[in-house]
Amino acid sequence: MAEVIFKNVTKKFDSDIALDNFSMTVADGSFVVLLGPTGAGKTTSLRMISGLDKPDSGEIFIGGHSMTGLTPAQRNVAMVFQQYSLYPHLTVRENLEFPLKSPLLKTPADEIASKIHEVAEVLQISHKLDNKATALSGGEMQRVSIGRALVRNPSIYLMDEPLSSLDAKLRADLRIELKRIQSKSGATLLYVTHDQIEAMTMATHVGVLDRGKLVQFGSPREIYENPVSIYSASRLGQPRVNILPATIFAGAPDNAAKIGLRPEQIVQGEGEDSLVTRIEHLGDQTRLHLSFKSHDLITVTDAHTQLNEGDIVKIRPEKPFYFDADGARTA
Amino acid sequence: MSFSVTEPSVRQKWIAGSLVIFYALITMLPLLWIVATGFKSSTDSIAYPPKILFQPTVEGYVNVFTTQTRLSAELAEQPHDDLPWYEQLARNKGNTIVGASRYSERFLNSVIIGFGSTFFAIVLGTAAAYAFSRFKVPLKDDLLFFILSTRMMPPIAVAIPIFLMFRNLGLNDTHAGMILLYTAINLSLAVWLINGFIDEIPIEYEEAALIDGYTRFQAFYKVVLPQAATGIASTAIFCLIFAWNEYALAVLLTSGTAQTAPPFIPTIIGVGGQDWPAVAAGATIFLVPVMVFTILLRKHLLRGITFGAVRK
Repeated sequence: MAEVIFKNVTKKFDSDIALDNFSMTVADGSFVVLLGPTGAGKTTSLRMISGLDKPDSGEIFIGGHSMTGLTPAQRNVAMVFQQYSLYPHLTVRENLEFPLKSPLLKTPADEIASKIHEVAEVLQISHKLDNKATALSGGEMQRVSIGRALVRNPSIYLMDEPLSSLDAKLRADLRIELKRIQSKSGATLLYVTHDQIEAMTMATHVGVLDRGKLVQFGSPREIYENPVSIYSASRLGQPRVNILPATIFAGAPDNAAKIGLRPEQIVQGEGEDSLVTRIEHLGDQTRLHLSFKSHDLITVTDAHTQLNEGDIVKIRPEKPFYFDADGARTA
Repeated sequence: MSFSVTEPSVRQKWIAGSLVIFYALITMLPLLWIVATGFKSSTDSIAYPPKILFQPTVEGYVNVFTTQTRLSAELAEQPHDDLPWYEQLARNKGNTIVGASRYSERFLNSVIIGFGSTFFAIVLGTAAAYAFSRFKVPLKDDLLFFILSTRMMPPIAVAIPIFLMFRNLGLNDTHAGMILLYTAINLSLAVWLINGFIDEIPIEYEEAALIDGYTRFQAFYKVVLPQAATGIASTAIFCLIFAWNEYALAVLLTSGTAQTAPPFIPTIIGVGGQDWPAVAAGATIFLVPVMVFTILLRKHLLRGITFGAVRK
């Protein structure tokens, strides 16, 4: 296991900047989740570490050693691909054996067998081991592809949306399982996802990427409770943070242009009137769509609320975020 | 695999079946005729109207593999019951076998040159196709077009320059020369076909193999090659069929040591009258290797032809 450092890494694909003077330190044994929309550079940063792509400038260190000029095999990283990339001409078992049989590892046969047995149990694919890799459902393929990484003991695991095509139940199970494997083995793990529950529950650190730059890096709570910008604040939270003109409520600081309100930053029953435009019952919570001074906002209310469309609810902000005109946090 | 949504009706199946049988008859008939002629006697082979039912004999096969001389009248009348069956066949016509013909030699030449050139065309073609598919090759499209353009004229159009070139290089009538020539002609086909097949294989598989601890070549060998096997097999069939059947250049460039079977088979006819059964026997044997090769790779061939359509 090892620490991974990006040092001023820049990568362009033709004229598109994927990573722009990108620096980040992934501490040994940490579980880092990268957040950002498509094109923010998440996958590119994984590919840089793995050696599949080379930086135009800058350097990457794994465990204190510069990776410049090393092949993917020499870097000893394991990667779970978004598109699974299972070897279609091999069975599930052969797919799992593949990294262990590489000329680099040359694992003894009995060790391979026990390792595969163990991983297959965890991923619930033991009964599929002799299937062709192409004769699996999407969820099973994804589990095999995770398994192919887990059979190894690399310096870092790289995972590109590994749980995206699993059903909710399995996803919840594997989330816990991955987290357990990671904390037990002390593995360093770099993880790309769009799913905020995965980010909040598994990550020790979250990196927020915006067009190839790291805009904020910290614990999930820190990112959630103390975002540095509107962009950062919008990455986490369901429903999303409401961004409104700052002057809509009294008491905004002078330099604030926007106010950011997460559902828990909106106190109901006090303050000014707003109109309920829509109610969504999600079971454990109810989402309230409000119209406040002709601005729309969404908040959460009691699961068994008696409110109806057209009702009036009083609201006031509680310790909101304030942002300047460029979206940077001011208070 | 994708299947048609509706099962064809019995009538549709009948129509489709009869069309296939009709087409098969048209294409198979000349072939059957050659095979049948190979087992006819000389008289039966030129009988008019043509004989469909006849007394089969292996005379043609004996003739194609042997050289025979006419016996004098008194020698021909000697009893020959204790002689081997092939000698008896010759004696019945008043001939005697004086040695093996050059047919097996020519046939072996065809095997060496046909399979040799196919091997090199496939190895070089796969390497080139992989490079075109995976690396940034400068002027890639122009190069691919240039490679294809060598196929745009009939090979015989360049026969004279090749003849002169081969004479100066000492490649005339050599196995190496013919293998080189057929490899060169087949290479464009091999590069284009295999390039298409490798393009269909997502690069992610190789990337996964690189990360799993394999070198680029090992990834190619362990991951790309097995998946391209289907395409490579069907390309090999096309290459072999061309090299095996090539006639014009073989006539021009070979005469003795490296002569292949196609230019040799017509010469059989000149020995001792018009020996059609021997020609047909030679042609029948000549068909066997290609048929065996095609049948062995048949599974791949079918998948190769429908490759792009059913994969996704």
